[in-house]
Amino acid sequence: MRAPFSTALAIAFGLVVLLGYFIPAPCDPANPGLSCTFLGIRVVFLDWGAILAGVAMLVGIVNLALVHWRKVRMAGKERDLLSAVFLLAFLITLAAGFWFTPADVRFQRAVLSIQTPVEISLMALLVVTLAYASLRLLQRRSGLMAASFVISALVFLLLMSGLLGLFQQVPLLRELVNLINRLPLAGARGILLGIALGSLTAGLRILLGADRPYSG
Amino acid sequence: MSISAVIGLVFLVLGVGLMLIFFFARRTQPARPLRSISAFQRLRRALGLAVEDGKRLHVSLGQASILNSNGASALVGLSTLERVAQLSSLGDRPPVATSGDGTLAILSQDTLRSTYRRLGAFDMYDPDRGRLAGPTPFAYIAGALPVISREQVSANLLIGNFGPEAALLCERAEQQSAFTLAASDALPAQAALYASAQEPLIGEELFAIPAYMQGTPIYQVSLHVQDILRWVVVGALVIGAIFQFIVPLLGGGSP
Repeated sequence: MRAPFSTALAIAFGLVVLLGYFIPAPCDPANPGLSCTFLGIRVVFLDWGAILAGVAMLVGIVNLALVHWRKVRMAGKERDLLSAVFLLAFLITLAAGFWFTPADVRFQRAVLSIQTPVEISLMALLVVTLAYASLRLLQRRSGLMAASFVISALVFLLLMSGLLGLFQQVPLLRELVNLINRLPLAGARGILLGIALGSLTAGLRILLGADRPYSG
Repeated sequence: MSISAVIGLVFLVLGVGLMLIFFFARRTQPARPLRSISAFQRLRRALGLAVEDGKRLHVSLGQASILNSNGASALVGLSTLERVAQLSSLGDRPPVATSGDGTLAILSQDTLRSTYRRLGAFDMYDPDRGRLAGPTPFAYIAGALPVISREQVSANLLIGNFGPEAALLCERAEQQSAFTLAASDALPAQAALYASAQEPLIGEELFAIPAYMQGTPIYQVSLHVQDILRWVVVGALVIGAIFQFIVPLLGGGSP
């Protein structure tokens, strides 16, 4: 077996956290029993997980900065000057964050006044990209599914725009519009149930030690 | 114990039981062939072409934290990365994985390291090939876009938790004439990727990727169990609907 110690550790931690979901909470501090024990262990494990995730993010950011540093130092065509812009912005933000602290309102305002317009620009670009992709969809993909996708997108754009507000006055049409409005909800639930079952089996593979996304 | 916890426990026990039964049954019986999905056929072709042409594969793992409920999609992405690293080990350029979460970035490096160690090709391992592209959704997209356009990528696999902004990655791949297979557990991303990706996977098809790519028994058994559990849910929903319809007719209270 590959990495037996890591596998055993992952299964044990997974089982304890999972059992915590099925043992009723909250526990009674005056009468601590199995419930309190599992709740306490689960909370400790989840706290460790949150701390490790924070450290992992820090490691990831350092790694990101190093990747860009290497790109700046590369020779010839491989050199990427945008990486220098990234590193400069990163260092300025880091220094300002240490100097003012992230809780400082001026620091937050300065960061958001750069981040928000950039993200809004990307969002605007996304709108154009999606509109173009929708136009190209029928050209790229034929069949009932693609046609249904485009027609339903158009129908719901029309419904959401409020242009069909007059229909709400006619009893039969109002029921029809309400019925059409409920259709995406049913479809979304169907897809989400499939996703939930897929997540369940993926989790079970980890708990059974059959799937190991770690080397140990 | 609440009713939802009881139902969850029933599904858990059923899932474990079925998985063990089918797994041990697979040792004596031949495997059932999986239904053909064109996306996977095109993916295999794209992987082969990437190795032949000396191009790179990009696995985009999304922004799911392994600690959240949507971490399962990230596990599928890591499993795919492992297989992609194996398949492309004969090529000149190792694959690159981008993620939007620190834990996922570390796990992607770990996956690449363990795969190359197992293959006896540890010199191919480069920690920069498993990188955090950006910690927020748009920062992630902004960080992953240059990977597609500047790192000789010929095929992109977007597998994980994304927002609709993932369509920008598909568009950039389209501009580079690169293949794109996309699967997400998030509904807005599925809609956006259906319109923009060359080969989108909808709903639980995301969780079928390891079964189609790895070919090991446990993934196929897992897919089989998933299908059975889906029919159990469908049956329960139909029975519930009939029950809700019949009880008022018989003069009973609302069930």
